[in-house]
Amino acid sequence: MRWLAWAALALSLAAFPLLGGDFYVNLASQIFIAALFASSLNLLVGYGGLVSLGHAAWIGLAAYASAWLSLRLGLSHLASAPLALALAIAMAALFGWIALHASGLGFLMITLALAQVLWGTAYRWAAVTNGDNGLSGLTRPAPFGISLDRPAAFYYFALAIATVALWLMARFVASPFGAALRGTRDEPRRMAALGHNVWLVRWIAFVYSGFWGAVAGLLFVYYHKYVHPTTLSLTSSAEALLGVIAGGAGTLAGPVVGAAIVLILKNYVSAYLERWNMLLGLVFVLIVIFMPDGVVPGVRRAWARWQRR
Amino acid sequence: MTPALELRGLKKAFGGLPATNDVSLAVPPGERRLIIGPNGAGKTTLFNLVTGALKADAGTVRLFGEDISRLKPHQRAHRGLARTYQIITLFPRDSLEHNVVLSLLGLSNARWNTFRALAGEAALHAEARRILGLVGLEARAGRAIGEVSYGEKRRVEIAMALAQKPRLLLLDEPLAGLSREERSGIRALIKGIPRDVTVVMIEHDMDIALDLAERVTVLHYGNVIVEGTRGEVVADPRTREVYLGNQSATHTETADSDRDIHPRR
Repeated sequence: MRWLAWAALALSLAAFPLLGGDFYVNLASQIFIAALFASSLNLLVGYGGLVSLGHAAWIGLAAYASAWLSLRLGLSHLASAPLALALAIAMAALFGWIALHASGLGFLMITLALAQVLWGTAYRWAAVTNGDNGLSGLTRPAPFGISLDRPAAFYYFALAIATVALWLMARFVASPFGAALRGTRDEPRRMAALGHNVWLVRWIAFVYSGFWGAVAGLLFVYYHKYVHPTTLSLTSSAEALLGVIAGGAGTLAGPVVGAAIVLILKNYVSAYLERWNMLLGLVFVLIVIFMPDGVVPGVRRAWARWQRR
Repeated sequence: MTPALELRGLKKAFGGLPATNDVSLAVPPGERRLIIGPNGAGKTTLFNLVTGALKADAGTVRLFGEDISRLKPHQRAHRGLARTYQIITLFPRDSLEHNVVLSLLGLSNARWNTFRALAGEAALHAEARRILGLVGLEARAGRAIGEVSYGEKRRVEIAMALAQKPRLLLLDEPLAGLSREERSGIRALIKGIPRDVTVVMIEHDMDIALDLAERVTVLHYGNVIVEGTRGEVVADPRTREVYLGNQSATHTETADSDRDIHPRR
């Protein structure tokens, strides 16, 4: 039964570009990117109990680095991608070291402040970032000589990367390290008394989560062929966090569902409704009222109740 | 012989109020030591200083001769120190087995693995079930902590500490809140701990605790006031004054506010 469901999902994802129009194929590509981004944040929020409001740092930093390296240094995508990821990892190592001096609300505020520093830098350091105009004139990579300019081609590219990323994150969560991370979320003092280095576990999780956020950043800049300071804004961090919480923090499917809800509301509904933000707010109020721990755990519970009847 | 645990001049104050006031003591390897004292005597604070959960203001902690005063709690655990908690501190949503596996992982290099499935670590899970068997909970291994009784949780506390194969084991009120039958079960469990493990225990149940311990330390307002064998401590008038012979104290104890100043019951 289980593998049948997986096969059906794989088949429909593979067939989608053949049936859907360009608008929907592009929307799906953006959902993959947002899902990957929210899932990376979920490692911290859901599994580590570390609520960050600065996750935009990683999508933005990788996007800017990749754009700058190809525009100003003329590097190929093959060279700029690992460099952008390395920069994001180094920055995540530093930010994590700073932010993990605090926990709880303090951690949230420090991550927010650090991401705001990057956002401000993107606005003000015009010589590098081109300020409010953003960096444009970018190209998409062409892996193995296959152009990704067609929506369907990019769709498969984003799907492949997101699938591998989610699979590795699922392994991470189910691994001994993942169990230790959840332990530090639930009872950090006990974990320390058991011999677990709570600080180091959290720091590694922070850097790992930043890495996947940066991978989402690369996909983001490849998709839009443009990067603007709003990528680094609080709104960008908050949208991802909203996706994680609405979908179900600490579940693998939750952030994927949550990110999809946010993106569909943002892109689809905004075409018909000018105040789409209001609808987004309303949807989240309803989710929080009826499924306080998110859509995925909520639906799962309802399903179990229905089966028992 | 090098003591298993040696404290020298240990001090800790909370906002000017000393909780541990110049405590020095030595526990030889293999000994069963009981620490008693009225509420607020600083017993749990002392444990927190030994494990590193709290940082001492002054003084040293030595574990088998090694100064561990500056080590972090997890480093102390790696040197053979384990503890249980007076207030149950388990992972309530996880199974008993998973709780013990977390304990085993703490000292295993497997804890850094981010790719292999924990569920596939057969040796760890088998060992966790064996240890649960030692405390009589093998049949409950798959249950969530939230689903088992309070007495069983107390056993899991001990199982998690035993899983660490400690050289020095600190038991913080292992009998707290248990029925008479449960108490004798835990008593048998503690009696069965091998002699290469040194045990320091905080306990209020004097009947059972005195029977388990070879030597007793009496704490009062953060000070060691009496130390000796069971007989010596029970016979000492100072013990009677602060802990056992509270006849005169109960007569004067009229209001709750009074108890805050004189925490004798």
